Amino acid sequence: MSNSKTVVPRDNDGQPVVKFLLSTLRPHGKIFTPFNMISIPIITLGIVLIVIRFVKGLGSITNLTQEVPWGLWIGFDVITGVAFAGGAYVVTFMVYILNIEKYKPIVRVTVLNGFLAYVFYAGALLLDLGKPWNVVNPIIGNSFGVSSVLFLVAWHFLLYMIAELIEFSPAIAEWLGAKKARKILSWMTLGAVIFGITLSTLHQSGLGALYMMAKEKIHPLWYSEFIPILFFVSSIFAGLSMVIFEGSISQRVFSDQISEKNQKGHDGIIHGLSKICAFTLMIYIFLHIVVFVHGKHWMYLGSRMGAWYLVEMIGFVIVPMILYFISYRTRNINLVKISSVVTMLGVIINRLNVTVIAFKWDAPNHYVPSWQEIVVTLTVLSIEIWVFRWLVRRLPVLRESPSWAKDDH
Amino acid sequence: MAINRRNFFRAIGITGVALGTGKELNAVPDEGDETEFYGILYDSTRCVGCQSCEIACALANGLPEPDPDDYPMPGTIRKTNENRRTVINAYEHEELGEIYVKNQCMHCNSPACASACLTKAMYKTKEGPVIWRDKKCMGCRFCMVSCPFDVPKFEYNSPNPDIVKCDMCFDRVKGGELPACVADCPAEALTFGTRRELIAEARRRICENPDSYYDGIYGEHEAGGTGYLYLSPVPFEELGLNTKLQKRSYPELNKGFLYSVPSIFILWPAILLGIHNATKNNSKTAEDHE
Repeated sequence: MSNSKTVVPRDNDGQPVVKFLLSTLRPHGKIFTPFNMISIPIITLGIVLIVIRFVKGLGSITNLTQEVPWGLWIGFDVITGVAFAGGAYVVTFMVYILNIEKYKPIVRVTVLNGFLAYVFYAGALLLDLGKPWNVVNPIIGNSFGVSSVLFLVAWHFLLYMIAELIEFSPAIAEWLGAKKARKILSWMTLGAVIFGITLSTLHQSGLGALYMMAKEKIHPLWYSEFIPILFFVSSIFAGLSMVIFEGSISQRVFSDQISEKNQKGHDGIIHGLSKICAFTLMIYIFLHIVVFVHGKHWMYLGSRMGAWYLVEMIGFVIVPMILYFISYRTRNINLVKISSVVTMLGVIINRLNVTVIAFKWDAPNHYVPSWQEIVVTLTVLSIEIWVFRWLVRRLPVLRESPSWAKDDH
Repeated sequence: MAINRRNFFRAIGITGVALGTGKELNAVPDEGDETEFYGILYDSTRCVGCQSCEIACALANGLPEPDPDDYPMPGTIRKTNENRRTVINAYEHEELGEIYVKNQCMHCNSPACASACLTKAMYKTKEGPVIWRDKKCMGCRFCMVSCPFDVPKFEYNSPNPDIVKCDMCFDRVKGGELPACVADCPAEALTFGTRRELIAEARRRICENPDSYYDGIYGEHEAGGTGYLYLSPVPFEELGLNTKLQKRSYPELNKGFLYSVPSIFILWPAILLGIHNATKNNSKTAEDHE
């Protein structure tokens, strides 16, 4: 690997701790950015709303009902958010299991993104729990509901967060200049990756399996015993589209962090990912066709829900698939970005369809999220981006590792 | 190579843990216990819609007193909520006049809510009642998502919300008493007993008076069988009871997924490690290529 000089590795050996902390906490970028101007009022309002929610109960700010007990916070924050975090297990699979070196420059940022997504979106789950202080019951104590899919998902969230933290930890060690710790932590990476991919396979599908028992409540076009498999397959292109999308923003916002070599190599990475997205989208639409034919769902197509189903399948699965194929063939980087956005919209629509829109679709009063629920969701999202930015500016995430850490791998 | 071997053992260890926790798929009590499930038979032909059961239920469970102006009327559907665990609804019939139907938790033999619960707060007792336990619940409402009858209700306007539903007066039943609604029913529309006795009794009533009963027992097979059983003079869907529910129990819908978990936990790490070792030399070739 070439030793790039665009960023001087920060080796903190010998620096006094207090001075180090002060220099770390100080803002490293501009304060009056458009993102800050928008996100600060949202976060402030969101925190007020969260306080109200804990004082007065969930009903005070949400539109949840006795018939629709899971709304936007579960359907979007947790179930969609985790699908987008799927990039981490796909990229680590390619780099550490298939040993494709090409994707190495994006491993750290993807793992960090995945880790933060789990921390924040699973963390958002606490807002939705009626008795969040009992959240430890399935982990410690004697209340193991082992027959529950949610039990599996809860454990997997916890274990996967640990696995991703281990995968990311060499970056923390490099930042702190802890050479010995880095050696030990890097040595654990492969184990964490294997464990992490296994966990991801199970809980990405497990999130779909949560809805297995809601058989009569979900419109037949979206309910099938294959939801877990569909959720798993779609997490691959959901995660990778997120990686493409996030990468295209990071390339601009954090351009000072990225070495020239990696900036040049980024397009190649993006094209590789777009090819994988195109093929997984193809597998996904094929699975949907199998489910559709197998379930004899023709009769539903004439209804309003049927039209909506076609919009999802054609507009947000087939169209992005074709866009990805074209962009790969023509090496059109802007088209890749457009494809990733359309794909992500499609994943959001699909997850919301299963969890909210097609859930109790025939009920007289339909659940629509309140503006407070939306603001809290945006708050969680904004804080996550703040933390992400804070870490990227300080840790060797996008920039090259310090020279002392380059000998292995 | 030493690293890989250790990782492999680690994976095996994790697999062992996963296998250890992967048993016991259905939320039914241990086999070998001879206790039979208790249940309640509700006979709609006897019910007069007096709401004594609603009042008795509220008193027994410390719920707000029912509003006297809120009574069963054909055309309006009253629902259970966080303040009432049972309600009577009325349906108009051409020949028979008003027919009443009682709604509450069905106390399924193999309840979706209990198998959904990740803390065993929702729990099928070996006596039959499905109960909810405050100390264990984390308020995730997965029981509400899973229940095919939409029975569990949530206190949305409380900072320490409970899940509210009929528990067949489990404490009274344990002490040898009848559930409050059964004890206070003046028309003997409610009968408490073991599920087997109740089905036999229901069959006997249908047999003796085939003209007054619709030929069927709601709850005998619905959702894999329920502890609450219904007799009615008209087809059950005319009383707002959901007859489209599957006959298998709802937790069975999870089986396919849950059974695949241990196999993936065994196969995946081994396969991944295998691929890793097989492609190990690729990285070198790739670098040479560049």
